[in-house]
Amino acid sequence: MWVYEKKLQYPVRVSKCDPMMAKYLIEQYGGADGELAAALRYLNQRYTLPEKVIGLVNDIGTEELSHLEMIATMVYKLTKDATAEQMKEAGLGAHYASHDKALYFNDASGNPFSATYFTAKGDPIADLYEDIAAEEKARATYQWLINMTDDTDLIDSLTFLREREIIHSQRFREAVEIIKDDQSTKKVF
Amino acid sequence: MSTYRKYYRPFIGPFDPCSPIQWKSYETPPQLYLGFQPYNLPQNSPKEALRTGTLWPALFAPYPDPYKVSTSEEGEEQN
Repeated sequence: MWVYEKKLQYPVRVSKCDPMMAKYLIEQYGGADGELAAALRYLNQRYTLPEKVIGLVNDIGTEELSHLEMIATMVYKLTKDATAEQMKEAGLGAHYASHDKALYFNDASGNPFSATYFTAKGDPIADLYEDIAAEEKARATYQWLINMTDDTDLIDSLTFLREREIIHSQRFREAVEIIKDDQSTKKVF
Repeated sequence: MSTYRKYYRPFIGPFDPCSPIQWKSYETPPQLYLGFQPYNLPQNSPKEALRTGTLWPALFAPYPDPYKVSTSEEGEEQN
């Protein structure tokens, strides 16, 4: 189970009216390397990983949910006061036609979220390496998002999220080292 | 020398529906440990290389049946 704290992990301020940025940010909401894919990937993999790294994967998966909230907050703030006309101008006409201002799990091109974005191979090395790759791809996405805006407040939040990807990647790399180690009970075969 | 298969004891609940597997295993093949492959490693004969799939004994990792191996070793480990 989870305990919910009714606050964001890191403050989200948006100081520029830029609904088009919401269209790009949604990549990190329902995109292939987004926070939803990350959270679901880790929270699903944790069952069949070696005991020593389950806690780590559980914690990172949980943190991804808090990142998902931050992205949602950004998207909401950027679109909540847009008119239908502004939504069209921002490239969100198709989104508006289907969802009004509601958030929807799709990528920046409008492709709906898919479970095929991630996997659970059952082999701990394969799964942890996928996790590392996912973190690096998410870090890259944050870089490209930062490159597309000049809103310093938004950049501040995105920079925090990018840094967390770096930390998560490091922790997953450590998880690989942990499960590479021969454990105390040696087996001879 | 690193082992290419690791074992751990999973949590076993008192109400698990199926008889528990005491030891679980996973593969940690040699490429995890080698880093940049050093020069002048020993080489297999061409015939061995064709049979095993690699010229380099250091990169050879067989895959014995994990269920068979773990059952046969279970007794020794539990004492």
